[in-house]
Parts: sequence; C-alpha cells; structure tokens
Amino acid sequence: MNHNIYVYLAIMAGITYAIRVLPLTMIRRQIQNKFLKSFLYYVPYVTLSVMTYPAILHATQSPLSGAAALAVGITAAWLGASLFTVSAACCAVVFLLELLL
Amino acid sequence: MNEKQTVLNNKKNIRRRNGKAFFTGMRDGIPIALGYFAVSFSLGIIAKKAGLTPFQGFLASLFTNASAGEYAVFYLIAANATYMEIALITLIANARYMLMSCALSQKLTSDTPTYLRMMLGCTVTDELFGISVARPDALNPFYTYGAFALASPCWACGTSLGIIAGNLLPLRAVSAFGVALYGMFLAIIVPPCRRNHVLAVLIPLCFAASYGASVAPLLSSVSSGTRTIFLTVAISAAAAALFPVKQDEEAVE
Repeated sequence: MNHNIYVYLAIMAGITYAIRVLPLTMIRRQIQNKFLKSFLYYVPYVTLSVMTYPAILHATQSPLSGAAALAVGITAAWLGASLFTVSAACCAVVFLLELLL
Repeated sequence: MNEKQTVLNNKKNIRRRNGKAFFTGMRDGIPIALGYFAVSFSLGIIAKKAGLTPFQGFLASLFTNASAGEYAVFYLIAANATYMEIALITLIANARYMLMSCALSQKLTSDTPTYLRMMLGCTVTDELFGISVARPDALNPFYTYGAFALASPCWACGTSLGIIAGNLLPLRAVSAFGVALYGMFLAIIVPPCRRNHVLAVLIPLCFAASYGASVAPLLSSVSSGTRTIFLTVAISAAAAALFPVKQDEEAVE
C-alpha cells in the first residue's frame, strides 16, 4: 500500500503538538503537592544531563574531542560563563582538536 | 493623569517588557540556532533517504521541531510504515516533551492567557525548554518566542539543505557545531551545582546512569528518546522522594 508523505507529516506534527500543548494549557495553577513539585524541579536537570552524556562523545568525529568539549564546557559553566560563551568554547575546542587529530 | 492614559502607559510598559524579553531570547537562541542548523543538516540526509523533497523536509521540521522524533519517523517512512505506526513512534519518541511541558507550566504565572500558552506549546524542544526553565523567576513567554523565532527557521532550512546537498559542509564544521547544543545544556545544569549540593551529586549520577543505560543489554536496544523518559522519571522521582525541595530553595533558582 502506498502512503501519502503529507499525511505522514501531518500525523507527526499533530501528535507532537498535542503532547506539548496539553500540559501547558491544562495545568494553570502552581502545584502544591510537595513530591510533585520536587519531581518537576528535578526533571529539567535530569533530562538535560541524561541527554548530554554520553551523546556528546558521539556528536564529534572522535570521542576524544567530545570528551574535551565536555571538560571545557563544565569548567566554563562552573566559572560562570554565559550560555553563548560556554557553547562557543565547546565548539572551538572540537574544531581545534580535530584540526590536529 | 487620567485613567485612559494610565491604561495606555501600562500597555506600553508591557509591550516594552515583552520586546526586551523577545530580544534576550533571540540572543540566547544564537547557539541553539547554530546547533540546530548542524543537527538538522544531518537529519536532512536521512529525510532524503526516506524520499522527502526539500520542501517536505522544510515543512516536517517547521511544524514538528523534534530531532529524535523526526529521525524515527523518517526512518519509518523509508520502510513504508502504516499511519498507525507513525502515530505510535511519534508518541513514544516525543513523550518527554510532555514532562517538559508540565515543568514549564509551573514557570508561568497563572494569569498567562491561553493563546500565549498555545503558542508556547509550539516551542517546547529540549534546548528551548532548557533555556526557558533556567530563567530567573517566572517565564515571560516572549523570551522563548524570541529564541524560537531564530532557531526554528534554522532547523527547517537546515533540514532542506541537508536534503539538497548532503555532503556540502566539511565534516569538521558539522562536527564542531554538533557540540553547541551540549555546551548549552552544560551552561544550564552546571552553575546551580555551586549552590545546590543535591544537584552537584545528582548530575554526575545522571551521566553515569545514562552511560550505563546506553550499554545495558535491555535498555540499549530501545530508542534514546524512550531511554531519556525512563531515566528522567526514575531519577527525578527518586531525587524528589529522598531530597524534597524546600520552598525557599526553589525561590532562589
């Protein structure tokens, strides 16, 4: 059976939007439950951590430059560099290292 | 000053504040846009294999804005999957956005109108969520719109370009841009660790758990999106049970 690509794309876009918009429009108050509050407080940090490592090692041509970017990124962020600076530092390290490697 | 003038002035102030938030968002959106461009370029290469035209790739990315989700769908389109399968994989690969959206709902003031919430719904991606949730105090949705206005076209154009010219960009440049996103994540998760010792321990633990899950026999076979949800729910729930957040602690973030 042949499928229409536009129907595929519409299904993908529709479902993705529903997933994103429902909690934002349905949850209108500050949640009072202590466990839920704490859970939602930790969610962003845990998600972003989980997505960063080990994926950063595979984002570059060699895991070594990925690891270097990780080290530089953590150091720069710890020292209080801005979002853009940390990000640019990571890119620069990978670019330089891969020139040498 | 009469009442009408006060109302007008208030409106002006709100507009000015929203405009400022929008431009701050655009500034913070620069690394995201660069990263998106690199990632979506490689996504375009996969879209091409699935038989998408550059225009279709543009539409797909403009209206969906999801890396892993789109990747999975293109993969299935290439396999001539049923519509039901597409719906299911979209649901699974993007379910983490529901968690993020729940967390984001707590960053909004309760009087944020519905249409602003519906617009904000379009913008929930890993990266835009990351910078939005890291804002001090309540989130002005216009901040996120600003970042989205820059990042989303880059994501869509990158996908089309990837379809048109798969191997045009030198590998080294793609590789370097690829870490821009992760650098941004680090800029969000690392600084709070200086003040919050629970996070300082939790984040390295997450790294370890995520690495473990990527090589563990059962977990490594499921998609990275599913793994992310599983780990996020399990670790956040454990942390919430063991170290409930105190009110004042949260107020500082």
